Amino acid sequence: MTDRALVVVRAGALTTVQDRGRPGHAHLGVPRSGALDGSAAALVNRLVGNPPEAALLETTVNGCAVRPRSTVTVAVGGAPCPVTVDGRPVAWGAPVRVPAGALLDIGTVSSGVRSYVGVSGGIAVDPVLGSRSTDLLSGLGPAPLAAGTVLPLGTPQRLHARVDVAPQPAPPTELVLRVTLGPRDDWFTPEALRTFTSRTYRVSLASNRIGLRTEGPALERSLPGELPSEGMVLGAVQVPPDGRPVVFLADHPTTGGYPVIAVVRPQDLPAAAQAAPGTPVRFTAMRTRQGC
Amino acid sequence: MRTLPVGDRALLVEVTSGEEAQALHAELLRRRAAGLITVREIVPAARTVLLDGLDDPVRLASELTASEVPALPRREEAAVDIPVRYDGPDLADVAAHWGVGEREVARIHAATEFSVAFCGFAPGFGYLTGQPPRYDVPRRDTPRTAVPAGSVALAGPYTGVYPRSSPGGWQLIGRTDTVLWDHARVPAALLSPGTRVRFVPVGCP
Repeated sequence: MTDRALVVVRAGALTTVQDRGRPGHAHLGVPRSGALDGSAAALVNRLVGNPPEAALLETTVNGCAVRPRSTVTVAVGGAPCPVTVDGRPVAWGAPVRVPAGALLDIGTVSSGVRSYVGVSGGIAVDPVLGSRSTDLLSGLGPAPLAAGTVLPLGTPQRLHARVDVAPQPAPPTELVLRVTLGPRDDWFTPEALRTFTSRTYRVSLASNRIGLRTEGPALERSLPGELPSEGMVLGAVQVPPDGRPVVFLADHPTTGGYPVIAVVRPQDLPAAAQAAPGTPVRFTAMRTRQGC
Repeated sequence: MRTLPVGDRALLVEVTSGEEAQALHAELLRRRAAGLITVREIVPAARTVLLDGLDDPVRLASELTASEVPALPRREEAAVDIPVRYDGPDLADVAAHWGVGEREVARIHAATEFSVAFCGFAPGFGYLTGQPPRYDVPRRDTPRTAVPAGSVALAGPYTGVYPRSSPGGWQLIGRTDTVLWDHARVPAALLSPGTRVRFVPVGCP
């Protein structure tokens, strides 16, 4: 049991190590990062008996394949996909024992975007500023997986009760994002605000861990120019000059100069992480901004 | 001072100048250290300070607008010295904007005491202020796809040092070997909001 590690056989389109990220450093220009679908990440950690802060793998669309050097328990959640061990189908969304040297293959998603692979003991790469997450905006944390990458694993803890099955929400066929308007909704025309909260957008292929980009009607500004740079939050809906809203996800920049028309409720962001390109998106205003 | 709710857990406090923003930031740090505010992030920027991870943004907003923000206290720590070779590819353009010779750009820049107004763009990248408005320069019309790490650059009222190679549209006036960001170092960032900075010329342009 001394050689606890995963060897990457197939990296997939983009597979990264993620945990709950590194909040608290935004004033130094450090993005929060962390698993995009935090609910799915927390769940697969529970399924393998890990604490919620354990690092795991986040795949993108076509999964990955890894070979553990010692026997481990794994669980795959988030976007549904076929899972095999040495070619034999095993359960998705449940703990699975993978013997030392066996090939664990996480296949292409049947819906959604990102699958999460929890491994007993967690991925134990060296943390950077308290987190093992890969931050694709600023390059902090481990590089995205490549074939041949060896990922050390931590020692499984027996303190955490394991669950055997758990319900997981299906990836959205229509993404409804509840928003609170502001802080810069006054930079847009009343017509643009109506458009934003009534028309349907679609998830753009250009979406990534930094932001969910959309295609749809452009939002017209009532004020020209750029804002002086200001701090940005997770879920901020920034409107660049092309007028198409961008929802900031975990690797978002800490400051920005385009106006933020609204902020998405944090509870809705896991679904945003699983909305495939082309998925319809609607923004619904929860309440008008209250001045204070 | 104007306070703007940002979602349900954050507050953007807007003031009218960079100096006010720096004073507000210092005051918010003081209140957090004194246990008066519980907040995950305090992010200063050009004219604002963002407080993220608040339990009750509305209550904090009313407390802030009802209170005075003291003037920025002078930092007691020594300034960070950053040695610079003033030989950047945009030195001539900056000299033309300023209406001085290239050597004079170096002399004026190195005679300024800067402070970090805020950080952003990349880990460890500080937006340094301290020069009078007559030395503001525009960004380059065409950004560079790769600006080398250690480049000392100007844009608008700011000076910055690129912590690592990245695309960038600022005017490059020099370079330094000083390491701005090293995640294995404590602290990882050489510069953080409020740090005073002096650029020390080395060699001759």
